Amino acid sequence: MTDGSSLDDPRPQRTYLEAISDALVFEMSRDEAVVLLGEDIAAPFGGAFKVTKAAGEKFGSDRVRNTPMSESAFIGAANGMALMGMRPVVEVQFADFITTGFDSIVQFAATTHYRWGAKVPWVIRAPADGGLRSGPFHSQNPEAWFVHSPGLKVVAPSTPADAYGLLLSSIRDDNPVIFIESKPLYRSLNGPVPAGDHPIPIGVADVARPGRDCTVITYGAMRHQATTAADLLADEGIEIEVIDLRSLKPLDLTTVIESVARTSRALVVHAANRLAGVGAEVAAVIADECFSHLDAPVKRLGGLDVPVPFSPPLEDAYRPDSDKIARACRDLCAW
Amino acid sequence: MPTDNIDRLLSAYRWMQLTRTLDEAIRTLWLTGKGVGGTFNQRGHEAISVGAAMCLQPDDLVAPMHRDLGAFLVRGITPRRIMAQQLGRATGVSGGRDANIHGCGDLDFGVIGFISHLPQSLPVAVGAAMAFRHRHEPRVALTFTGDGGAITGLFSESLNLAALDRAPVVIVVEENQYAYSTPIATHSANVDIAARARATGVEAIDIDGNDIEAVLTNVTAAVGSARDGEGPTVVVAHTMRMLGHAIHDGAEYVPAELLTDWERRDPVDAIRATLEVAGHPVDQLDEIDSSTLATVDDAVEFALASPWPDPSTVESGVWA
Repeated sequence: MTDGSSLDDPRPQRTYLEAISDALVFEMSRDEAVVLLGEDIAAPFGGAFKVTKAAGEKFGSDRVRNTPMSESAFIGAANGMALMGMRPVVEVQFADFITTGFDSIVQFAATTHYRWGAKVPWVIRAPADGGLRSGPFHSQNPEAWFVHSPGLKVVAPSTPADAYGLLLSSIRDDNPVIFIESKPLYRSLNGPVPAGDHPIPIGVADVARPGRDCTVITYGAMRHQATTAADLLADEGIEIEVIDLRSLKPLDLTTVIESVARTSRALVVHAANRLAGVGAEVAAVIADECFSHLDAPVKRLGGLDVPVPFSPPLEDAYRPDSDKIARACRDLCAW
Repeated sequence: MPTDNIDRLLSAYRWMQLTRTLDEAIRTLWLTGKGVGGTFNQRGHEAISVGAAMCLQPDDLVAPMHRDLGAFLVRGITPRRIMAQQLGRATGVSGGRDANIHGCGDLDFGVIGFISHLPQSLPVAVGAAMAFRHRHEPRVALTFTGDGGAITGLFSESLNLAALDRAPVVIVVEENQYAYSTPIATHSANVDIAARARATGVEAIDIDGNDIEAVLTNVTAAVGSARDGEGPTVVVAHTMRMLGHAIHDGAEYVPAELLTDWERRDPVDAIRATLEVAGHPVDQLDEIDSSTLATVDDAVEFALASPWPDPSTVESGVWA
């Protein structure tokens, strides 16, 4: 899979995983306050997904540090390090395990600046999402919890270039940032990534594909399902606009509202559970801000209200995909 | 007693008396209906919080909890700012954003603003110490928790992390016999907190938390050892929470004779007796008491006259 860019693009082609690894190495070279913490991340092993292998080989175990299996303590320690002027980047081995450190994130880190003005500039990298037949505890999308907690930024890139540029910005941000990585894209997605210092600002959505008939608002791996659906629908004469939010907090609602005001139809899609997910907020804002422009109700597609099931037919039934997105768009356009 | 010992004890007496007097003023405000929300008293903990904080250097870091009013004061957060914080005023340390002594942090004074999930201060102090060690800075982090905090997973996890890194951190456990209404023997199958710390790989000692000299001597040693690269120490300071968990709590569940026993070991009375026995003039001690009272009266007056925070600022400060 590629992210749709031209094959003769002169920029180096990197996988989504390599782009994240490159961003870590670039930022660690630029700023010695950046250290990596996590389980099994140091060289030579380099982490469960090998994202930190290059950084570990370059910077050694003093800056790419293995931690015991104690998320609560090592995320809490990241709080202390960040308060003392370091910029820790924490890997939770799977996003599913982030709950083990929940207090350290939502109670301590998220509230500190509001309560007494001190900065907690860390990033937690959370390898999330499913479709990989990994069962209930290696497939989750926990982003809504963090969007719901005041004081945290939440970023969810869907292309190698965005992963690279948004990770640079996340590490430089003075606030705690939850960086949601899409594991199904790690090695399946290639794309051009500009080498060097090219941060992408947090809080700016990307119009992944322009269209006039219906807006699909999404993020993460679902961006690619949505553009595939748009290809299918283009053959039927339906032009879908795909907006990739890229950042879930802050949300770029201006881009969403401008698009829906033009297309008059909106479908919000994410792999995370639909119920009380980020899409519910986006849909509510569209209903508020675009009411007079709408030709159809705002629709949502998301994971079902069940734990992420393991077996392929069950997980496929749980998850949105390009066919389900195409079907929902057809329904909206027939309204 | 050598003169420098007397001077140190005299300094401790000033801070302990200020802590006690400010704590009593807070209690009076609440019991007369002038308080805002709930609050906490620390009576009985003066020797631990004051003594431990006195063992630190200005560049060191402390993460106190709600029984450690003395530590905030010793670090230089003024009674005025603390009282305004208690009353939710704009002039308080958190500007009205956090309650009573929670969130009373100020990095200019090397103080972390704790959260109600008290054991969260443990990994924060450990992480700060890891940062000091990483940057080869001769600094130490010190934090406090209670016997309740010491039974959490985070206590064990933080100690393990500190031991693995030989982090320059000192953890003072204020074993005050009760976690809210639950006595230690009811919440801890093994009440020997120091033994549990040692089993995790951290040096640990037990001390009398009402004896200021024991606190000063032992925490100074622990801080020195941390600074010298010898790693973390847990200091289990045994004391008694002399009032309820919080202002609303009459602590009727505490046997009266237990309180009577501990009243005889009151840390402020004890340090005063020590100074008197050492021959320090009583009128000078009385003078400290009266100037302390004036400082606290001024803090109360300042706080009550301070403005409320502007509601139009409610959304500011979430982001750095």
